[in-house]
Amino acid sequence: MTNGLDRYSVMQEPDLKAPVDFNRRRRLKHTDRAFKAQIINVIRLTDMEKLFQIRIMDQAQRERFTFRPGQFVMVEVPGYGEIPISISCSSSAKGYIELCIRKAGMVTTMLHKARRGAVVGLRGPFGTEFPMESMVGHDVLLIAGGLGLAPLRAPIYHVIENRADFRDVHILYGTKEPSQLLFDYQYDEWRRIDGIDLRVIVEKPDEKWNGPVGMITKLMDDILVDPGRTFAIVCGPPVMFKFVCARLTKMGLPMQRMFVSLERRMHCGMGKCCRCNVGSTFTCVDGPVFDYWSVINLMEAI
Amino acid sequence: MLFVTLKKDQLEKLVTGLMETDEVIGPKLVQKNKDGKPVHKFMPVDNFAEIDLLYDHTIYSAKNLFLPYKEELSRFRFDDGDWEQEITYWEKPRVILGMHACDINALLRLDKVFTRDFYPSPYYLARRRNTIIIGIDHMACEGGFCRSMGTDTVDRGFDLFLTDIGDRYFVAVGSDAGYNLLRRVESGEVTDDDRRAYIEMRMEIAKSFVTRLDPQNLPNLMDLQFGSAVWKRWGSMCLSCGSCAMVCPTCYCYDVSEHISMDFTQSCKLKTQYSCNLVDFALVAGGHNFRPDREKRLMYRYYHHFRGFVESNGEPMCVGCNRCGRACLPGINPPDVIRELQAQERT
Repeated sequence: MTNGLDRYSVMQEPDLKAPVDFNRRRRLKHTDRAFKAQIINVIRLTDMEKLFQIRIMDQAQRERFTFRPGQFVMVEVPGYGEIPISISCSSSAKGYIELCIRKAGMVTTMLHKARRGAVVGLRGPFGTEFPMESMVGHDVLLIAGGLGLAPLRAPIYHVIENRADFRDVHILYGTKEPSQLLFDYQYDEWRRIDGIDLRVIVEKPDEKWNGPVGMITKLMDDILVDPGRTFAIVCGPPVMFKFVCARLTKMGLPMQRMFVSLERRMHCGMGKCCRCNVGSTFTCVDGPVFDYWSVINLMEAI
Repeated sequence: MLFVTLKKDQLEKLVTGLMETDEVIGPKLVQKNKDGKPVHKFMPVDNFAEIDLLYDHTIYSAKNLFLPYKEELSRFRFDDGDWEQEITYWEKPRVILGMHACDINALLRLDKVFTRDFYPSPYYLARRRNTIIIGIDHMACEGGFCRSMGTDTVDRGFDLFLTDIGDRYFVAVGSDAGYNLLRRVESGEVTDDDRRAYIEMRMEIAKSFVTRLDPQNLPNLMDLQFGSAVWKRWGSMCLSCGSCAMVCPTCYCYDVSEHISMDFTQSCKLKTQYSCNLVDFALVAGGHNFRPDREKRLMYRYYHHFRGFVESNGEPMCVGCNRCGRACLPGINPPDVIRELQAQERT
């Protein structure tokens, strides 16, 4: 009788004994370990969207959790599922995030039923970031359509918190109807900041609306851009950033200085499930932030 | 590479010994299909006689021993509004006997995806490191085009690799685990005659392959034929059933779903192998489908295999086993599709 084969336990790998840190991409980790995180506040934004303020519960995990504007997390609602959501807040607080979530599917419907104090899971952060450092010393155009303001809010906060690093800042935002405007309680605050020009437009005004009416590109009509010193971030549905980026190109902005955030189905966030495949890349690891030159080369992206 | 010879009765002794203590998986004849052809499947065996080392091909690849169709990623236990997540990894050693070179090459590609670069998978690693692989050379299988893809031979990724040279096997030893296995039985040193017999056998095997496609410049072909009518033609035949990805030794995409127990005390996060040909592959919340057309989905499967994977890993994902071609009811198969795309370029 011979001895059996040697048993290998992946748990003996030193890397797996270290705390899970998704920022260390190459290190072996418990890839499906979710950080327990508590919903601190639920803020109703519109009939369809709520803002969830969430804090990682474990002190040490909270210290390690840092992200960059543009990145996303996988939100786990145990028993229901896991979904990719872009982080919608300032990146300066550790282990604390805000997620603007539209009620769209099973998991988000359950989240919309959740009350403060509920415990969800978080994995991440994942994906690429808006290159805020490269934008230092430049004019910045921040353009969002519809739910696109959710991912755009992270670079907006970054610009506000580091206002002295940037030249002129324009925030352009458009939705179909006034009732769909997100974070409307913050517009006044943003407008009061020196050198921030916020413009909001809707396609279908109601009787109370007295702002501009039309497509988002209309807001770009009287903005003077110096193509040599301007960066743009565009978030929104593909059809919207197609038009906006075409307009920016016409204004002379190079495509390598326009950044968009793509949306795709995702089940892992780690380049494994293939569901976010665009052309030859994966949105979760090579994106969601792409420069526009890459986007048009990906063929399928828009 | 270290080479030894192993008499056939010694292989039987080795495998029988392994069966006493550990799981041995091998190609087993499970039934005949409607044309009377044998149907083989990799499955656990407890008697050496059940293993058919002369099999032509298996319907399913050995991939699913590493990426199971269904795999529990974690389990949540609920307690009064709170929950705990439990994760367990595979820990059982096992042996897979009789993998062909194409399938071992397929594993090497999966190794690139799941053990290197970013986010290595502990789930995959746990299964891979617990598996002894004994491969075997074989004459060309029905429809296989592995020689075109350069995957009819393999130089790593196995513990032992056997080539039949008559009354014995010429054995390549690929790891110290393989070397240690050989110490359980009598192996012989390689003589000049053995080496000659091996080279002759290799030449005979090489001759048995018919080159079925020219793999030159495939990434460029995929780009140039992006909007080709060829995709429309094959796409109109595609049933979007996903069989190709299920039998493919390298397709690795998946779906994740969660299932609550009947007593509401726990739930299971389940990973299921998927296919990019299924209609909801790229469907997102709100109802938008990024790939609603079947010809587009079919095209992107090829695009990933012959373009995207090359870009990120330096070689095509396809290893030329033609399992997808055999499984496809309308007969969509890589050699025909690629030949037709190449014909487009010449017209």
